[in-house]
Amino acid sequence: MLKKYFGKGFSYFMLILCGLIMVVPFIWMVSTSLKSQTTVNKGSVGFIPIEFVNYYIHDGKKEHCEIVAKEENLTVINIYDKDGKTFRESYVKVPSEEIKSSKRIKFHWDNYVEAFTKVPFGRYFLNTLIVSFSVLIGVLITSSLAAYAFARMRFKGRDFIFYLFISMMMVPQPIYLIPSYFLLTKLDWINTYQALIVPWIANIFSIFLLRQQFKTIPQDLFDAAVIDGCSQFGILWRVVLPISKPILATTAIFSLIGSWNSFMWPLVMTSSDNLRVLQVGLSYFAQEASSSTSLLMAASTFSIAPLLILFLFAQRQIISSFVTSGLKG
Amino acid sequence: MRTKKNYFPFGYILPAFLIVFAFRLIPIVLSFIISFFKWTIHGPEQFIGFQNYLKLFQDPGFWQSLLNTFYLVIFVVPSTLILSLFFANLLNRTKKLSSLFRTTYFIPTVTSLVAISILWKLIFSPQGGLMNHMLSFFGIHGLDWLSEPRGIFTLLFGSMGIDIPKALGGPSLALFAIIIVSVWRSLGYNTIIYLAGLQNIPEVYYEAAEIDGASKWRQFFKITVPLISPTTFYVLIMTTITTFQVFSQVYLMTGPPIGGPLGTTKVIVYYIFETGFGESQNLSYASAIALVLFIIILSLTLLQKQLEKKVQY
Repeated sequence: MLKKYFGKGFSYFMLILCGLIMVVPFIWMVSTSLKSQTTVNKGSVGFIPIEFVNYYIHDGKKEHCEIVAKEENLTVINIYDKDGKTFRESYVKVPSEEIKSSKRIKFHWDNYVEAFTKVPFGRYFLNTLIVSFSVLIGVLITSSLAAYAFARMRFKGRDFIFYLFISMMMVPQPIYLIPSYFLLTKLDWINTYQALIVPWIANIFSIFLLRQQFKTIPQDLFDAAVIDGCSQFGILWRVVLPISKPILATTAIFSLIGSWNSFMWPLVMTSSDNLRVLQVGLSYFAQEASSSTSLLMAASTFSIAPLLILFLFAQRQIISSFVTSGLKG
Repeated sequence: MRTKKNYFPFGYILPAFLIVFAFRLIPIVLSFIISFFKWTIHGPEQFIGFQNYLKLFQDPGFWQSLLNTFYLVIFVVPSTLILSLFFANLLNRTKKLSSLFRTTYFIPTVTSLVAISILWKLIFSPQGGLMNHMLSFFGIHGLDWLSEPRGIFTLLFGSMGIDIPKALGGPSLALFAIIIVSVWRSLGYNTIIYLAGLQNIPEVYYEAAEIDGASKWRQFFKITVPLISPTTFYVLIMTTITTFQVFSQVYLMTGPPIGGPLGTTKVIVYYIFETGFGESQNLSYASAIALVLFIIILSLTLLQKQLEKKVQY
């Protein structure tokens, strides 16, 4: 009995430990994003954004200040203005006992505003949205059509084309990156939305997933539809797609996650600032603002937030999609 | 009864086929052709046969990137396999909170590698990074994670006062940091995949073994491990393929332009990127490297498939 509970206790301990290892980096990211850069630079590593504040207390008035230097009984200070950022008075010598310091917890939400406006993140979000949703619509159309033909139609070369597709799925992206760059240059597509959208509107994996699903639909349903005078396209549109909603949702989720997080392709195919998608924008921001760590963490936080929220709302669906597709693929 | 014959199936396939043809098939064929030419961004200049491939053999940069990639694979794949099977087993035995655990473990999977790399770069930072802060509780101080070119074994044995040959130094600490991030990222997904596999094993096997008096360990090695082997091969193949293609972590945590301290994190895809799109813009040489990578991945996958056939239960 004791052994059993010990085992249970150990399981939970390990599982919680692993869970912490998974989320603590993200919590730390958010907490760093809420600290002021001065606090971060002073080596604050903790999870709660605590900062030390110095006050100059004089004539019963309390003013926020910064210590510049200390002499025997005197301290040289800069007194902050009311906004807390600029100095009202600089290099004032005051008696040391009039300086008090205290800890306070302050969340610097303004880091988010600053990071968002420092480089055009709004534009990057817009670009990512345009690309993600165009790709999504394209993938749903091309995959449903192709999967339907592969699953329910008989024609010469069907299996050959299907296996050609499947074998192409096995080829990793770095292999076709270089020739694609050359091709897109020849098409004059470098630095265009087409370059980010068109090559991705056919997704072999989605075709594969949908074909597996369409194959499981009973033949009777098709026969009935034909007797009712339904055309092939009518069957697809009125019968097949409505009963395949879960797998279409799965396809959509994969497509969205894939486009949202895609990095290497847009990095290579675009260089203009106007076409930067979120991930590329974020990577450039990481190089430009490498010393502003709290801004960087703020930018990382808001760039993962939309997908994370989508995930938390649809986590059951998303996890089971990954599992079924993993086991099928 | 068959449906009417007068439909036009190619019309249904055409949209997908055109895209796949133009943006997959042509580039793949083209990458072969490019690798045999002197080929710039303006097009082919001169047929040079196998020169690019011969150049590979004498290129220390290529060998270094290959070695770095092998280190990555050798460390990431087994640790991912073992850890995810371990946690899947724990998760399979617990009822309470199990969906909370699954959600938590999955978060890194849906997070972009760019954000993750930026975050971990800061975690590994010697100034105010979380990693060194945590390690300081264990008495380990001042590791210069992402700019340390010395191998982890060199450092480990060095701290005990033993000097080991440079060849046995192992991956640099900087590459080891990337290994940690890669395992961390893939752990949750593979745990969930394993969990699904474990849930497919019928409970009766364990009940029978229990009656026969088999210990938990024996049950694990005689029932779980053999019956889970299809999942193991799936995880093995997928993790190998993705680990061979690691790019973002290296690019964002230790590059550009260097690819880590003394190039010790320069993995093969980073090297392809650097050769093709860096200063030299040597498309044909980059294509040759990419094809070698493809052949390596393909042969490893086929090897693992062969192995899978042999150990089928």
